[in-house]
Amino acid sequence: MLILTCPNCGETKDESELHAHGEAHITRAGPEATDEEMETYLFERVNPKGVHFERWHCSYGCGKWFHAARCTNTLEVFGTYSAQTTEPPKEIIDILDKKRPGWSWRKFGGTAQ
Amino acid sequence: MSTRLSQGGRLIDRSAQQGFSFNGKRLKGYAGDTLASALLANDQMLMGRSFKYHRPRGVIASGAEEPNALMNLGAEGKFEPNARATTTPLFDGLEAASQNHFPSLEFDVGALNTHLSRFLPAGFYYKMFIHPRPFWKHIYEPFIRQSAGLGKAPKARDVDTYEHFYAFCDVLIIGGGIAGLQAAKVAADAGLEVMLVEQDPHWGGRAPVDGTGIDGKPAQDWIDTTVAALGDMPNVTLRARCMGAGVYDHGYVLCYERLTDHAPKAAGPRHRLWRVRAKQVVTATGAIERPLSFAGNDIPGVMLAGAVRDYVVNYGVSIGDRTVVVTNNDDAYRTAIALKEAGLEVPAIIDARTGGAGALGDQAKALGIRVETGKAIAKVKGGKRVTGVGICAQAGEGSILEEIACDCVTMSGGWSPVVHLWSHCGGKLIWDDALAMFRPDGDRAPTSHDGNPFVITAGAANGALSDVLADATAQAAEVVSRCGGKTDAAAPTEANTAENAIEPIWLMPQGAAHKLRSKSWLDFQNDVKVSDVQLAAQEGFESVEHAKRYTTLGMATDQGKTSNINGLAILSKELGVDIPQVGTTTFRPPYTPISMGAIAGEARHEIFQPLRKTPMHDWHDANGAHWEPVGHWRRPYCFLRGDETPEKAVHREVLNTREKLGLLDASTLGKIIVKGPDAGKFLDMMYTNMMSNLKPGRCRYGLMCSENGFLSDDGVVARISDDTWLCHTTSGGADRIHAHMEEWLQTEWWDWKVYTANVTEQYAQVAVVGPNARKVLEKLGGMDVSADALSFMGWADGTIGGFDVRVYRISFSGELSYEIAVPANQGRAFWDALLEAGEEFGVMPYGTEALHIMRAEKGFIMIGDETDGTVIPQDLNLHWAISKKKDDFLGKRAQMRSHMADPNRWKLVGLETTDGSVLPDGAYAVGEGTNANGQRNMIGRVTSTYHSPTLGKGIAMGLVHHGPDRMGEVLDFPRVDGTVVKAKIVDPVFYDKEGAKQNV
Repeated sequence: MLILTCPNCGETKDESELHAHGEAHITRAGPEATDEEMETYLFERVNPKGVHFERWHCSYGCGKWFHAARCTNTLEVFGTYSAQTTEPPKEIIDILDKKRPGWSWRKFGGTAQ
Repeated sequence: MSTRLSQGGRLIDRSAQQGFSFNGKRLKGYAGDTLASALLANDQMLMGRSFKYHRPRGVIASGAEEPNALMNLGAEGKFEPNARATTTPLFDGLEAASQNHFPSLEFDVGALNTHLSRFLPAGFYYKMFIHPRPFWKHIYEPFIRQSAGLGKAPKARDVDTYEHFYAFCDVLIIGGGIAGLQAAKVAADAGLEVMLVEQDPHWGGRAPVDGTGIDGKPAQDWIDTTVAALGDMPNVTLRARCMGAGVYDHGYVLCYERLTDHAPKAAGPRHRLWRVRAKQVVTATGAIERPLSFAGNDIPGVMLAGAVRDYVVNYGVSIGDRTVVVTNNDDAYRTAIALKEAGLEVPAIIDARTGGAGALGDQAKALGIRVETGKAIAKVKGGKRVTGVGICAQAGEGSILEEIACDCVTMSGGWSPVVHLWSHCGGKLIWDDALAMFRPDGDRAPTSHDGNPFVITAGAANGALSDVLADATAQAAEVVSRCGGKTDAAAPTEANTAENAIEPIWLMPQGAAHKLRSKSWLDFQNDVKVSDVQLAAQEGFESVEHAKRYTTLGMATDQGKTSNINGLAILSKELGVDIPQVGTTTFRPPYTPISMGAIAGEARHEIFQPLRKTPMHDWHDANGAHWEPVGHWRRPYCFLRGDETPEKAVHREVLNTREKLGLLDASTLGKIIVKGPDAGKFLDMMYTNMMSNLKPGRCRYGLMCSENGFLSDDGVVARISDDTWLCHTTSGGADRIHAHMEEWLQTEWWDWKVYTANVTEQYAQVAVVGPNARKVLEKLGGMDVSADALSFMGWADGTIGGFDVRVYRISFSGELSYEIAVPANQGRAFWDALLEAGEEFGVMPYGTEALHIMRAEKGFIMIGDETDGTVIPQDLNLHWAISKKKDDFLGKRAQMRSHMADPNRWKLVGLETTDGSVLPDGAYAVGEGTNANGQRNMIGRVTSTYHSPTLGKGIAMGLVHHGPDRMGEVLDFPRVDGTVVKAKIVDPVFYDKEGAKQNV
């Protein structure tokens, strides 16, 4: 059972006190979107073995959303950060560059690449 | 025969006799016995029957790894199946019964299967039961169901209680043998918070049985001193009878404490599940001895060498007068020596190694024990009990050189570290050729949230079969360092006898013919033999995971603790590859089965989940409420009067509301305040219709969709002020919709200035419904509720009967209706005031079923009836509630996708049976032709169906292909019994289509 620290309330919690909501950094497709864009937005998700960015909800805590960067293979948590961003913050990128040189995820990737 | 010796037994108290029963027979044991040791003391070697061939089986082990001795324990509310006799503590009054036999343990008709075993090879069920196909349902399946399963399923409700404990520590040490004790001492002395758990009631593990000396004294002295020292330390928690069951992500560990299994009359919970979060986990779980594979190794009386030693030393129980020891390592010699010292005969030690043993061999020979090296057992003689063994050369094919009479055979194929807990969370193993074992690879440990290892193994579990304390000290020092501490602890001196190397022996003799291999058991519980695994390999099941499932090796309740390594060694040999290339199957928690009660803990009965009650709940309860669950709420389905049936009560409530005055407790309706400068913009995104242009003082019915376009919730929205709206949701939907709003606000439109608050429980809400609704409110007085002052779909604040109220003129029944909110703590008083004032107007409370019927009569949809997660508002002809002026709302784009815009989608219509009966709920309408499965094509389905008391006939709503274009058409709805109900497609509004009755 994972433990994550909610960046909003600062509490470190068991997975059972939180709720995972899948992939982070999905751009909403609006009314002008093509069918293909809509399909991508609604249904296409990655399932990486390794670095992943996820949406989490502090559901039995402060009730706020946050993002987590973690490794789906080793379960290492690289960090959690505000959900109110469209891309991973620099400090997370720096950690990943150090711990997983050459990492990539969606359109994001390590500077080493 | 097996019997109690006149002396010895370090764990039993001979002054405390305990009476128990086995298969109805009254027997006696001592306090400190296990059920297995007590049965053996009573010469009850036969303890069960195997799963497939129903072969007679005795106990082979003395601990958690036991595959054979499974018992039904207790009766009724204390009944438990599949309990291992070896880990069941004896108590006065214990009732045990053996399993998997018919009609009796001694005589079993299923044992015929053993003579049919040629015809029941690996994969038998897959091969046999495929053809002919119809035989499956009528012959094969009933036969398999009859014979499958070991113990009986409990029938009565469990009378015991269970609990969960939460614990946090720096270091959790699993296993209280000398390795665990030493690791705990080192970690505790370094100042860490330590928890140490041991599955047995006793500390110290095997060391006292094996005669290990520590610091120049018997191991027991060191154990007693160390346990006492740990017990005195405030930073140490010691739990015996507590098994580490599973190691999970990020240092989460489940431990299973059996509090009263040994004293069932004691007060308190039976089991406790510890949910531990540890920074570091040390698995000091010891090792399990492997059987040797020779013909007849499953005959009762053939046992593991360590177990026989345990029974003699710990319980003063002799398995037989004459014990033949067979081994490939030095450790089994300790058993021969222990037996000899207890005054029992050891006719021979059969050592498969040509070189034989070291110092222990000399010791055995000095005691006069005959040692045969390079020899093997060709076969064991006997049926329900060993009578002798035939000896052969290990290098040969099994020609018997000599027969030796004996009543016990004790075997040792070496020891396998208990790596289960190490492996649960991803710890990897390496094959150690010298020690012939899989042991943990310390360089590939399970990692935690910080990417660093959080599990370490110590002692025998780490492959350190000797120098246990040195290994435990080193591993504990590493753990201390990982926790940021320091230690310079030294290991106590451990006296170990030098041993000769083990020689891996996977089949005995090495050239055993098929006849012998087909009697050489690997998995005793599931009846898997050497020949079965070889057959699986020949048939192409090369992966260990496939071979396991094909043969069922290791799939029994013991999960192959004694059989897996032997099985995969046979597999690797058959495949011509090395053991590490075959690998192991996956180790999954729990280590041994834990009770369902422990998993449930306190979450039973009334505290299984919290119950939500409205302020009027107690009145309902006292006035005939027939409850139904709605989310976590309980709502009255109807109010029963006298000996009324629910059906009659609903009928009465509907008619009374339509004709006079009804009251509904609507407090459960979700109420969410949405406030802020951007609240209007936000609600325009949340709802399909426009909410920003709603005028203060007015209400509007709204629909909410998911981003996939599907209808998710509905309710009336009231605009309270310029920047404040109040959104009503369905009763079950309040928390979900509030969370939905927050998700969008926090993760997509975080720059919008909007607050939400779920105020559902802050208000009690009463729907005052019926032609007399206005009269009762006017009688109570306080505010103008006339049509002019408060028109339909308006709301107003004021007082009624002295209560501060907010009155919404909305109607879900089609009648003149006021939904009135009061602060929750005044809800009951307001309800009482309405009942009292309403008496002269014929007031009657009504429940959810009357509410449902009245809304269906009006053609109003219900979320969860007309919707099921695949229905869009357009399917329900709710186009009028979908704004065409708005650029965007959640679900708008998705509703334009091709399948959503398909004119062939089923659409909402009313349905009226031609005979006035009520359509079955969920019934399908069938059309012409059949589908690919030969089933009749379906063209629609019933979503809501009721008997309408108002109209005196069955009414329904349903989704029908091209439904609105087919008014007047009659559809066929087959019932489950094959008969057909005919129903005509009609307008879904059955009652007061113009809305004249609600708008007065």
